[in-house]
Amino acid sequence: MATLEIAQQVDARGLSCPMPIVKTAQAVKTVASGQLIEVLATDAGSVKDFAAWSRTTGHELVEQSVDGGVYRFVIRRK
Amino acid sequence: MTLVAEPPVRTVPLEPQPAVAAEPEGAVKTKELVIVNWSGELDKVWPVMILSSTAAASGVQCKVFVTFWGLLPFVKDQKRIVGENWMQKMLTLMQRPGIDHLKLTKMNFLGMGPWMMGVLSKKYKVASPRELLDAATALGVEFIPCQMTMDMFGLKREDLIDEMGEPAGAATAIAMMTEADASLFI
Repeated sequence: MATLEIAQQVDARGLSCPMPIVKTAQAVKTVASGQLIEVLATDAGSVKDFAAWSRTTGHELVEQSVDGGVYRFVIRRK
Repeated sequence: MTLVAEPPVRTVPLEPQPAVAAEPEGAVKTKELVIVNWSGELDKVWPVMILSSTAAASGVQCKVFVTFWGLLPFVKDQKRIVGENWMQKMLTLMQRPGIDHLKLTKMNFLGMGPWMMGVLSKKYKVASPRELLDAATALGVEFIPCQMTMDMFGLKREDLIDEMGEPAGAATAIAMMTEADASLFI
């Protein structure tokens, strides 16, 4: 699989709800449409929250994974 | 008989209020959430801040109508006693205004409860109401103070934080709620 080109990273590790979403929303504004954002979070609720957020905003959730309690989400700005 | 001349009545034209622009045909309307922030305690203001900042972060336009006890957390931090008469001053003497000085609805224990909440929220990296308020205003949440409450509490526009919008009344709150997709009274 081709490596995705990340335009902006959000480190929300250690932060509780709703800050991972709030920080991601702020970061989305700094990139152009179609560019990718990588988010790292440790909030267990973020799996459901990022799916819901993607649905409400229309920004596509391209990838999601978990590694040792750290969740990684890749989002494409619509 | 001499009549005392009535002072002439001066009419000053008012700025017309902007009309709500009609949605263009086929346009996707932005979803809207309205929250009435009535309570003013820590465990009520906190969810208002969480929901309003998350709504704005989710692309949902969010307006918060701030009324009654809910107005005191929006008084500027450096203000300690506000109001014009002793009754209004007593009110803020008993309930310190500002978002960093909120009480709990239960288990307040003379401030022990809020203090413990503060310790726990720092330990678990939960954003404080102040941090969330900053995020909410940065993301474009509108806070609209209730003019009637401001009058009754003796609060002037400059007593409230600069991020507050123009004061309005109940009819504005009703219009906001009926035009929104969801509304909450907290």
